[in-house]
Amino acid sequence: MALELTGNKELLGSALRGSRRDLSRLLSLIEKGEDVAIPENTSTKKSMILGITGPPGVGKSTLVGRIISYWKKEGKRVAVLAIDPSSPRTGGALLGDRVRMDSADSGDHVFVRSLSTRGNPGGISASLMSMVKLLESCGWENIIIETVGSGQSEIKIVAFADKIILVDGPDRGDIIQAEKAGIIELADLIVVNKSDTPGALKVAETIKSALSFSNENDSPQVLLVSAERNTGVDEMMELIRYSKSPIWRDRIKIRERLLSLWDYRLLSSSQLNQVIEDIETGSISLEDGLDILSR
Amino acid sequence: MKIVMAKPGLDGHDRGAKVIARALRDGGHEVVYTGLRRTPEEISRIVMDEDADALGLSTLSGAHDVLIPRICALLRDSGMGHVMVFLGGIIPKRDHEKMFSEGVRAIFGPGSRTEEILMFLEDASSRIGSNMPIGVLNDDGWRWN
Ligand code: B12
Ligand SMILES: Nc1nc2c(ncn2[C@@H]2O[C@H](COP(=O)(O)OP(=O)(O)OP(=O)(O)O)[C@@H](O)[C@H]2O)c(=O)[nH]1
Ligand SMILES: [Mg+2]
Repeated sequence: MALELTGNKELLGSALRGSRRDLSRLLSLIEKGEDVAIPENTSTKKSMILGITGPPGVGKSTLVGRIISYWKKEGKRVAVLAIDPSSPRTGGALLGDRVRMDSADSGDHVFVRSLSTRGNPGGISASLMSMVKLLESCGWENIIIETVGSGQSEIKIVAFADKIILVDGPDRGDIIQAEKAGIIELADLIVVNKSDTPGALKVAETIKSALSFSNENDSPQVLLVSAERNTGVDEMMELIRYSKSPIWRDRIKIRERLLSLWDYRLLSSSQLNQVIEDIETGSISLEDGLDILSR
Repeated sequence: MKIVMAKPGLDGHDRGAKVIARALRDGGHEVVYTGLRRTPEEISRIVMDEDADALGLSTLSGAHDVLIPRICALLRDSGMGHVMVFLGGIIPKRDHEKMFSEGVRAIFGPGSRTEEILMFLEDASSRIGSNMPIGVLNDDGWRWN
């Protein structure tokens, strides 16, 4: 699987020494499905990885902008990976997250990269894991992953984060519908944004009462914030800093990570097309196919 | 292509930039829109972080005169001379030659059709693909039209 070009090694060395340009080029290579193996002896401090997910338009990017400012004040170097869906038909994408992050372009201590879901044969999740590792090795202490949480694949994406904030908005309460998809189980904190608008309080109450029906007494807290007015953001950051994941939640995350690595292995196998053909013609069974692909 | 679409300076006219960003997406490109009022420094940093192939700039306020040369120079100086720059909005005819000499490869004024812009990008991308680089650093004289 490893496609180690000598060029990559040079890029990697230079990125590890702090070249922003080469870091960015390496991220593109990973995005295209290349393996960028970071040498074992690279001394790496563990980064804090925060996942932000929730339905479209609830204010995730605006909130990410606030989080950047918050961490910048603490002197942290912050990297953001903002993921938007690409059109399955044309392959095109409009990546507009950074429009809302007005703190995003403010200097050497912030790095923002927009990603579309296209491209990588194994899906974005697997390449995301490598991207996060690379950013970590390059000394980006705090890493934010923003993704629209509206389907199964997005759950896997946020499972790469150490802490997960689930964002909802007024007049939505979408995340209650999404409970089936298992996103709520993964969240360390639920935030209802746009508290400056009338519908927000009601949504927060609805979510709280829905959570109180679950028998877990360690279900996540629900907090009202306004990203636009910057209210509740400090409290949110305090809560997330001191939140402790129960063991069962960590296990779900590990499970999701395994599943996405599994997907990646299968989808990036050079034999995939052959196996599909063989199953189609009936010369092998589904189980045989799986055996071949997972070898 | 991965394209950054940017609005430099204080110019608040963003309709055109948004229309074009969507049109390019529909044409199969990956477009990063920066939003309004970015400084040349911010724009060049965004192009770097996004590792974009091309930069589309939209100005209607008349400030292209100072902003565009500055952005092109920043790209050249920060190792991004391979990035192709193109321009749209209100750019008087008398300024076109100056813009081209700064490294801009195409200028699309009011009423431009998206089909034409997409054709330009296709042409540009096939040039890049066949090793005829058309970044801000390469002065081979190629331009659209
Ligand atoms: C709508 C408009 C506004 C709206 C803007 C709304 C918005 N959010 O965009 C409002 C009312 C806010 C406004 C305000 C002002 N405006 Co005004 N406005 C216009 C107007 C009438 C139309 C612009 C427009 O939206 N066209 C529709 C879009 C789709 O077309 P477009 O932007 O040209 O884009 C096309 C092409 O240029 C190209 N394109 C554009 N960008 C890009 C980028 C790339 C990469 C590519 C490939 C192509 C491309 O593709 C598009 C499709 O064909 C123009 C006059 C005109 N006819 O152009 C004046 C005009 C631009 N405004 C002008 C002025 C002076 C102002 C004000 C200063 C007025 C004032 N005194 O207050 C303010 C400044 C505001 C600010 N902060 O910048 C002048 C600019 C003069 C100059 N350049 O020397 C113009 C030319 C009017 C004039 N004839 O005097 N304006
Ligand atoms: N009233 C109000 N509006 C907000 C608030 N936060 C964000 N918005 C607005 O909500 C809209 C969407 O904001 P984004 O930050 O782009 O939302 P998002 O969840 O990142 O959107 P996608 O990435 O497209 O899913 C914008 O128009 C914001 O200005 C808030 O606290 N209050
Ligand atoms: Mg967003």
